[in-house]
Formats: sequence, structure tokens, C-alpha cells
Amino acid sequence: MFAEFDLVMPSGLDEALDILAEAGGDGGLDVLPLAGGTNLVVDLRARRVSADKLVGLGRIAALRGIERSNGRVAIGAGTTLSDILRDPGMAEAAPSLVESARVFAGQMVRNTATVAGNVCCGSPAADTVPPLLSLDAELTLTGRDGSRVVPLADFFLGYQKDQRRPDELVTKIAWDAPKPNSANLFYKLARRKGDAITVVGIAVTVAAEAGKCTTARIALGAVAPVVKRAREAEAMLEGEALTPELIEVAARQAVEESSPIDDVRASADYRRHSVHALTRRLLTQAWDPATVGG
Amino acid sequence: MRETETTTLEINGRTREIAAPPNQTLLETLREHGYFEVKSGCEKGDCGACAVLVDGEAVDSCLTLTGTLEGRAITTVAGLKRGEELHPLQAAFVKFGSIQCGYCTPGLIMAAQSLLNETPEPSDEDIRLALSGNLCRCTGYTKVFDAVQEAARVLREEESAS
Repeated sequence: MFAEFDLVMPSGLDEALDILAEAGGDGGLDVLPLAGGTNLVVDLRARRVSADKLVGLGRIAALRGIERSNGRVAIGAGTTLSDILRDPGMAEAAPSLVESARVFAGQMVRNTATVAGNVCCGSPAADTVPPLLSLDAELTLTGRDGSRVVPLADFFLGYQKDQRRPDELVTKIAWDAPKPNSANLFYKLARRKGDAITVVGIAVTVAAEAGKCTTARIALGAVAPVVKRAREAEAMLEGEALTPELIEVAARQAVEESSPIDDVRASADYRRHSVHALTRRLLTQAWDPATVGG
Repeated sequence: MRETETTTLEINGRTREIAAPPNQTLLETLREHGYFEVKSGCEKGDCGACAVLVDGEAVDSCLTLTGTLEGRAITTVAGLKRGEELHPLQAAFVKFGSIQCGYCTPGLIMAAQSLLNETPEPSDEDIRLALSGNLCRCTGYTKVFDAVQEAARVLREEESAS
């Protein structure tokens, strides 16, 4: 049977933060924010999660929306996966994120689920996280006493552990739109294109200048306790021309930086093989002169 | 049992005051109030059988808490019917044999309606993307895609005639 809880639907952010802050006190009430609910409602029904109270964020209009100015892109925490797909500017502002939104669950979930909620669930298979890592995204965490900005690359502390305090909300996710002469790609390996949990998800960013790679990002999903960057592989690429030989070496290094497990969807061996193959494929595509402009 | 709250919903054009406990999903609410055309399948957002429109956009009613919907407009597949006449999507599903056991049909039609609300002239890829959250174990989807294309054409003709 469904867990029992109270539900409040504040119309302003301050009210929501007050409720979360009071809960953290001596009362010991277990209060959880409810965004799209596409994970949380399932977990509550299965009694994997319990809560005394849910703070629904769906009525806080200020949290929803996409802003772009001077090359900076910011999405409010209420922004859904469908909002990402509907915004014609996102194809340039976050190509990898758009690709991940296309293969994210099904339409009804995309209409409800938020990008910030996908990040905060902390799943290693969360589809929006490799793209956001490849874009060097930053999260704004807001509590009653103010806001702080945390790079997404530092946000996850371990399996389903992150830097958000229970009295804080992620209110914004922001990044710099990819520069000219750069490529930003994502590939989700799964049994089907829709309605499937990711076996391996990889996002890469490659920026080039005068025939050399100036910035490389490789983000690995579903092959470690958290979505993570293959930093040593990235370092091998920066400052170099991405020859097929170098791409091969970096792809092997990315495998070294993964630590996949066997589970119902795939074996660890298959995941390692896929990290190698997909990293090589995406880097090769990204380095294509048509993509990074040679 | 936590205290029951009252939520005002417009369901298929009719305003209703719904009393529901905070943990009740829209799926449970609708079926409790006789909207049996909304089907319960996986109850975790995988199968799409429970899809309804909320303000014109398809959602899985099994994942939506009724208490979050104050003042919103809900449409079920029965709400698409135009008096005694079938809606073009409903008619096309019948015409193309896109219904076999029928269990997934209400959800498929609502997901398709949500697509056509935004995209009156969808590509096959648009339809595939829009219906990726609906599982059908009988038809193999091809007839469903044909029906959606036909309904889109009929709806465009109605639009240009009006």
C-alpha cells in the first residue's frame, strides 16, 4: 500500500523554503520536496521512501523557465524535459541535453519530470547528468539564508549522496553555451530508444582552435556509483590534435576511470566494452572537421 | 489515514470538488469517481495506460498526486467524444484496427492528442517520440502510427475548413 504523508503546495519559493527549514529543526519531521514526482511517487508507493510531508513545487511559477543571455544558459528547477525539447534555442545552447531529453523515458514522463529532479535523484543512470557535466553546468542551491553555487562536477559525493542539505532546493542549473568550433554530443545505450533505463550513457564536449583540442569533457553515466568525468582521459586530449591513435588511447583511459557493476541490464564487461566503443565513437564524431570546424 | 483535502478539478468540462487523501493519485481519484476509461497498468510510469491530459498535456495519472492539481483541467479519452460522434483519433483507431485488446488504447489516444495539440503535422519520428511511453502488446504499433497520421490529416482539414 501507498505510504501516507501530508502534501502542501506553496505558491512562492520563500514559503517552500520556510517549510523545509522548519522541518529540519527539533521536530524531526521528514519533509521532501516534490518536483515532477515521476521517481518519488513510485518510491513512495513501493515504500522505498517515506516522508511525513511533501512540499510540491509545481505551483512556484518563478522556478520554471529557460533564460539565455550573453552565451549563458540558465534553466529554473521546474523546467521539464519537454520544456527542453520545445525550446528551439536549446539545440545550440545544449545539444547533448536535447539529445538526452529525446530518449528520456516516454512523453508523459517528459511532460512532468524536471531536469533538476533528475539530477537530485542521484541515479548513476540519470540521463541528463552526463550532458550537464559535459557542459560544466553549475547548480544554484537555495535555502532560507541564501544561495550558493556548486559545480555539478562536485555535487555528487557518493551513491545517492550529494551536497544538497535537506533545507535547500536546487533552484537553477546554468552553463555556458558551447562555443563555435566545438561539439557537444550524447549517446544513450539502452534496449530501446524510449522507455528504457540506460546501460551506458556518455556525453563529450570537444572544443578546437588551430587544429588543437582546447577543451575536452568526457562524462560517463551508469558505469560508476555516480555519473562522473573521465578527467585523466580528458587531460590526454587537451592541447593535442585528436588523431585516431590518441582517441583510442583516451577511450581506453575512460574505461580505466569507470567502475561498472553487473546488473539486470548488462554485465560489467559489456559496460566496459561500451565505454570504450562509445567514447571512441563520440570523440571521432566530435573531431570531424564539419563539427569542430577543423 | 491523513486528513482528506478538497481539490477542485475540471474533468471533461465539468467542475468537480474532489475529496482525496494527500497520497491519492489522479488515477485512483478518476476510477473512484467512475472514469473507468482510465486504465491502471504498471502504476510506475512505464506503460502509459493511465495517460490523461492535464491542461492539454498528457501525463501518467498514476504518477500524479490529485492534491497537486487544484484548478487544473483533466481530459480522459471519453472527454474527447463530440456528443454522439467519435473524435477523429478515436475514429481512426477503429478504422485502422489499431485496437485489439483495447487496454492501452485510452492512453495511446491521449498521448497522441497531446502530440497533435502541439504538432498538427507530425512526422513518423514525432509520433514515435510522442508514443514512446505507451506500451501495446497486441498491435505492433504500425497501425497505431497510421491512425495518428490519419487523425492528424482529418484534424488539419477541420481546422482549415473552420
